[in-house]
Amino acid sequence: MSANTLIQTDRFALSDSERTAIEHELHHYEDARAASIEALKIVQKARGWVPDGAIPAIGEILGIPASDVEGVATFYSQIFRQPVGRHIIRVCDSMTCYIGGHESVIQSISLQLGIGLGQTTADDRFTLLPVCCLGNCDKAPALMIDDDTFGDVQPDDVSQLLEAYS
Amino acid sequence: MTLASISPANRAERSAETHPLTWRLREDGEPVWLEQYRKQNGFSAAEKALKQMAAEDIVQTVKNSGLKGRGGAGFPTGVKWGLMPVDESMNIRYLLCNADEMEPNTWKDRLLMEQLPHLLIEGMLISARALKAYRGYIFLRGEYVDAARILNRAIDEAKAAGLLGKNIFGSGFDFELIVHTGAGRYICGEETALINSLEGRRANPRAKPPFPAAVGVWGKPTCVNNVETLCNVPAIINDGVEWYKTLARPGSEDQGTKLMGFSGKVNKPGLWELPFGISARELFEDCAGGMREGYTLKCWQPGGAGTGFLLPEHLDAAMYAGGIAKVGTRMGTGLALAVDDSISMVALLRNMEEFFARESCGWCTPCRDGLPWSVQVLRALEHGEGQAGDIETLEKLVTDLGPGRTFCAHAPGAVEPIGSAIKYFRHEFEAGIAQPDAVQQLEPALPL
Repeated sequence: MSANTLIQTDRFALSDSERTAIEHELHHYEDARAASIEALKIVQKARGWVPDGAIPAIGEILGIPASDVEGVATFYSQIFRQPVGRHIIRVCDSMTCYIGGHESVIQSISLQLGIGLGQTTADDRFTLLPVCCLGNCDKAPALMIDDDTFGDVQPDDVSQLLEAYS
Repeated sequence: MTLASISPANRAERSAETHPLTWRLREDGEPVWLEQYRKQNGFSAAEKALKQMAAEDIVQTVKNSGLKGRGGAGFPTGVKWGLMPVDESMNIRYLLCNADEMEPNTWKDRLLMEQLPHLLIEGMLISARALKAYRGYIFLRGEYVDAARILNRAIDEAKAAGLLGKNIFGSGFDFELIVHTGAGRYICGEETALINSLEGRRANPRAKPPFPAAVGVWGKPTCVNNVETLCNVPAIINDGVEWYKTLARPGSEDQGTKLMGFSGKVNKPGLWELPFGISARELFEDCAGGMREGYTLKCWQPGGAGTGFLLPEHLDAAMYAGGIAKVGTRMGTGLALAVDDSISMVALLRNMEEFFARESCGWCTPCRDGLPWSVQVLRALEHGEGQAGDIETLEKLVTDLGPGRTFCAHAPGAVEPIGSAIKYFRHEFEAGIAQPDAVQQLEPALPL
């Protein structure tokens, strides 16, 4: 951990609204630990990702070790422990979408944005990720941009599709 | 390019008698909210179950119906329910709905949750009564944002109408239902991994026994059932076991209807509620309209990435567990995939094993190390850089990662398609082994 990260950790504080939302989640479960994934999602929703300082801060509210929170944060693929772009592109990589030609869709996105899977554009606009079957198999290939799902996506559709997300 | 929505699931000629899961679907694909659902007999089964039936009778009815789990494994639901402890002092019990639908080529639970949310709520209410569970969770994958919104609204409607909460139908039975959304990882669909995830832990599967019925979420008796399974329960209670057993085709050992699908380069990829025991050919030709012009069926998978490949001649197999077992694999989710003649089996498997390797939870060695090994071999074969012995390596992985060798069913499911692909298309694998004179050059794989 660099000195810079340590300073950020020291200064980190959950916002009041994050804290309230996390405390509200506690009511849904028998045990505070169960809210850990939801707590990480609350922080991610507010900040785009989960900064280092959020890990011990969540651990403190839930009364569990920071190492357990980090264990959870690094296990789940939709929790981001590094900064991501303003928009997340999730390309379904099921074999159904493979047959539908999803690899040429990824290639088209890569060419236009200059990033590969797991990478973020230099202007922080997009992050490109693979995702488990999106359940759009009758419209393969499918992808999601943020919360919007698109089906029957062809490589030529990509530029028009991306335009809507600034 | 279209904004995706669920396509009409065989909307023609559906009735409550023949299509207990889908007869209420609206033509416009919008959700069936409470008012319409109740007008169409909704919650009458729950009222009957809560007011007139003892918990044990509900369990017995479901046992007698022959209902089996619709998540892919096909375990008899009534038997699973019967495993819950009889000791009344263990009064904190949970019903978990497995809505973590991530099996490649599977979108049946999504249809039910997005369009018939109250069917699931009613199914869970009756099941909770049978299991004496006071609280239920719907464990929903995070990417199903529409399903989350629709389920939450439906739960609010049900609460406001007194169909969830305290003293439902004046029966003295209390039940609350909560939607829990996940944060990715396919392994969360394994029922004990799902329990760990709900508890806010890494989704590693648990050792069994103890089974969740004895020691489940927060150490309490727990039952985990799939969305489609739970959606079968209201009709069984309302219309009875005798009727339910008339649904499947003669010869089928499985009872009821099943959401079945066909996708790939077929004319009408889709999802239909069909009786168990119909032939895969009917599903492929009559429902999905056969292959699109210019494509020939090379092989097909009956129900998800974890089921084996079958040849066109196997289309006469009957779609029920035993019928598909006769031709050498599992029915799985019953949503079939057509592989056309333009697809290389080695490349297709490489895509599938990349997925399985990425989604391994890493808990047990054969799965964590074996699946990436299969990816390495398949990538080499795909690029024509395979070595002598590579096919044997894959065959050894099929054995060493097979049932009983790993902590859960993830790796056995992952290697099932490899074994069948080698069995039927060995020459494609052989062609990937580097020859000094003729190195086959295929398109390079995209880096992951």
